[in-house]
Order: sequence, then structure tokens, then C-alpha cells
Amino acid sequence: MAGISKIRNWGWVLFFLAPSLLGLLIFIVYPITSSFWVAFHEWNLLSPPEFVGLANFQELWTDADFWRALRYTLLFIVMYVPSVFVLGLALALLLNTKITGISFVRTATFLPVVASWVVVSLIWKWIFNPAYGLVNYGLAGIGIEGPAWLFSPTTAMYAIVITSIWKDVGYIALLYLGGLQSISEIYYEAAEIDGAGQWQKLKNITLPLLTPTMFFVLITLLINYFQMFEQIWLMPMPNSSADRQLEVIVTEVVKNAFSYNRMGYASAMSWVLFAIIFVITFAQLKLQDRWVYYELD
Amino acid sequence: MNSINKQTITKMGLYLIMAVIVIVMVVPFVWMLSTSLKSQEYILQTTPQLIPDPVTAESYVQLAERIEIFRIFFNSAFVAVMTTLGQILVSAMAAFAFARMEWRGRDTVFLLYLATMMVPAVVLVIPQFILVRSLGWINTYAGLIVPTLFSAFGTFLLRQSFLSLPKDFEEAAFVDGANRFTIFWRIILPLSQPALATLAIFSFMGSWNAYLWPLFAARRPEVMTLPVALGVLQSGPRALTEWNIVMAGAVVTVIPILLVYLLAQRWFVGGITAGGLKA
Repeated sequence: MAGISKIRNWGWVLFFLAPSLLGLLIFIVYPITSSFWVAFHEWNLLSPPEFVGLANFQELWTDADFWRALRYTLLFIVMYVPSVFVLGLALALLLNTKITGISFVRTATFLPVVASWVVVSLIWKWIFNPAYGLVNYGLAGIGIEGPAWLFSPTTAMYAIVITSIWKDVGYIALLYLGGLQSISEIYYEAAEIDGAGQWQKLKNITLPLLTPTMFFVLITLLINYFQMFEQIWLMPMPNSSADRQLEVIVTEVVKNAFSYNRMGYASAMSWVLFAIIFVITFAQLKLQDRWVYYELD
Repeated sequence: MNSINKQTITKMGLYLIMAVIVIVMVVPFVWMLSTSLKSQEYILQTTPQLIPDPVTAESYVQLAERIEIFRIFFNSAFVAVMTTLGQILVSAMAAFAFARMEWRGRDTVFLLYLATMMVPAVVLVIPQFILVRSLGWINTYAGLIVPTLFSAFGTFLLRQSFLSLPKDFEEAAFVDGANRFTIFWRIILPLSQPALATLAIFSFMGSWNAYLWPLFAARRPEVMTLPVALGVLQSGPRALTEWNIVMAGAVVTVIPILLVYLLAQRWFVGGITAGGLKA
């Protein structure tokens, strides 16, 4: 009797789990493991893969294009992450006030989050148009002659950082807002009894209790921006020096895989990116005791 | 200065900031729409017109001549709807096995699911391309849809929700002779509508906006989706001067998702933040 019901139970487990587990094994787990295998091969998809040991990884070490892509990725992160980290927090503090009409602001800041990166890239590509775009028109209004933004790598980078902040600030604010709303009113009431002002409440209650959220936001931002792709792929003007030089790791992987058909080399590069993300996330987890404050229940 | 005045000034300052934020967020979209409603000669003016005069739909006509916009729109909609339905069904069934059934090895298998969530999309795109190519699925709907169905994230999200339901419901149903599927379909799913809506929004938006995978999996017009078509449109030789047509394409791509957002705002907020802050 017990045996039959056990078998029946396994039957139901298989019924519910099989579609998902089989799919996961075929379309996720198998590709991941095969990608690791491919990373040690030279393979153009036409002739059979040829084992080359660590040659792909050695080549990466001396590949100037890869280092340039890594440098640009880091430069983007250095400019973008602190900006959106602070602006997102400021926006969240504003959205958390009960002022009339604030839901309208929230809806507006969320529009770019919902739009696709492709649409956002193209809108801003047009806005940054040197001759007919809104940005240089505005700059001309205050007597500044705007640069040819998306034509040279440095100015293109600034333009893409601005675009990225515009697209993501509503999302980051929303993450902070969740954290802000979980802070108990009791702390603020106690602080008011002690005569604390707005600034003291922000500094001594809100910010410390928000550190777990900040930690999560920082991890999310770094994981996402090491993988930035669409805006770099689409925004620089075709055939400009920005188009030729401005590459990040993912665009470099994609170019090697799909333009040069170097599946092994591109796979090796993607694993190096994974390793970088892994190490940075791990380091942040280790360093969190230094600044993240967890409330004890 | 008395405190009432001070409050009024603070409030006015806040409203000024709020107005600036709304303008900065909305003007690019207005500019997109406005550009798409101008004819060629009016977009190339050194003094930009925010409100088009005259208004014309000719960019949209040209868009339809340039690319097979109706077919491409259908492709995007079909792929997004199928992906959403598929992801929900597959994830919900797996989540039921993880949250509402006892079996040996359950937690180990669930760890495997969690582990796959760590792997970046770019590590997957090359081997998935090779796999889909060997299945003969490049430039097919199957190639666009099937590899995206097995999201460990969806299973994770629904498992959390299923775990929060009390045991009593299904025990009562068991006594009444219901089988596992009836419990899943009639009790657990209806009680988990908020989580299902959250996942639906998350998958629909992910699929509608997807670029990296469709860019390589579906390049032919018969199966091409809107973001890929937009990319092609703006990289053409005449694209430097045809911003009205590119913006018309952007409008067609963004309007459906903005409408869904404005109608289902609260599910969106849940769907987009669902990835984190469970701790």
C-alpha cells in the first residue's frame, strides 16, 4: 500500500517537474557546460572543433581589443554606477514623501524603465544628433557649441552614460523605495521625541537602515553593467571613430562569435566576464560587514 | 520668517523639482512622437519644433514601405504572448512540485535552478545559438520562443508565492478526493493570481523588449521582431537623415508596452522589482 502511494507520488512529481527540468537541462545546463568545453577549442562552426588547450585564454591576455573593451566597461561603470546610485536614492526619498501629485512623478520616471533599450538608444541617438538634436540646441541656447556627441569615443561615452542614467534611475529609485517603506515609523517617532531634525533623521535612521538595500542595488548595478550591450551596440554613429573604438566586453564577445565566427575565443571571453562578475560579487559579499547594517529581529 | 511661509517655500521647491523630473522623463518620448509626425524636410531644421506643423503620417507610410512592419509587429506579439504563457505554465508546474510536494532530492534540484540564475546571458547566447542551429531552429518561432521558456527565475518567484499558502486548503480538497492536478489548477493557481500577474508582466516585457537573442536567432523578416527590425532600420545607408521613419518605428515598438504599463501599473512595479529585496 505504502509502496504504491510512493510510486504515485513520484509520478506526480515527474508530471509537474519534467517540462521545466528537461527544458532547463537541455536549454540552460547543457549549453553552459558545452560553452565551457568550446572555450578550450578553436571552432568556426564549419570545420569540426579543434582542441587548443588554454590558447584562447592566452590570446585574451595579449589581445589589445579585449583590454580596450575591459577598460571602457570599467570607465562606464565608474561614471554610471555612482551617479545612478545617488540620483536613484534622491529620487526615492522624493517619491517617498506623501506630497500631492507624487504618483505622477513615479509614473513618469518609470516610462523609460518599461521601454526597450533599443527604443531608448534610438531616441537618444536622435536627441544627441549634433546638428538637429535637442541637446546641442539647448546648449546653443546658453552659448555653448555642443560636440559631435556620438561620433567620437569620449563624448559618445558621456552621452551613453547620460542615456543609461535616464533609463535606469526610476528602476533604482523603486528598489530603494521598497527599502524605505520597510523602515518602521517607530524609529522616526522616537527621534522626534528626542528633538531630531530632518537631516539628523536621514543621517542617523534612514541611511543606516537602508544599507541592506544599497548593498543589493550596488550588486545589481555592477552585475548588469558589466554586461551592458544594447546602448553600445546601437548608439555610436556608423563608421565614426566612436563606432570603431567604443567596445565593451559583451560587444567584443558578440563580434568575435557572430562576425568573425570565432566561437571558442568568444566563449572563453564570456567565461572571463563571468569570472570577473563572480569575483566582484563575492568580494562585495565579503566586504558587506564593513558597511551594511542588518536589523536584528 | 514664520514656519508656515517656510513650509510653503519648501513645497514650492519640491514642486519645481517634480516638474523638472517629469519634463526630463517625458520630453524624449514627446520628441520621438513629434519627429515621427513630421515629414523629412521638417526634421532637419536647426531650430527644432516640439509640436509638428504640419502634422503628417507619411513617416508611417514610408516605414511600411521600408520594412514589413505588420508582419514584424505580429511576430513580436506572437512571440511575447507564447513566451509568457509557456513560461507561466512551465514555471508554475515546477514551482508546485517544489513548494507543495515532498520528495527526496527536492532541495538539491532547487539549488541547481538557483545556480543557473547566476550565469550571465552572454555566456548562454553562444552555446544556445549553436544548439538551436543544430536543431534547425534558426529563423523559426521555435528558436525564438523555446530556449527562453525555462526560466529558473519564474520557478523561484512562484515557489515563494506557493509556499505562503496554508496547507489546509489542499488537505480539505484531498479528503474530498481531489487529485494533485485539481489542487494545482483549481486551488493553488487561483490563489496565486498576484504572483502569476507579476510573472506574466515580467515575461511579456522581457520578450517584447528582447534584443540580444533575437538579433542572432531570427534575422529573416518572416520571423524578425520589432527591436531587431528597428536596429536594421537605423543602420541603413539613409538612416542618418531618415529620423522621422526611425522614430515612427520606435513609436510602433514602444506604444504597446507603454499602454500595458499604464493599464497594469501595479503589476509592473511588482514584476520589475521581483528579482530582489526578498531578504
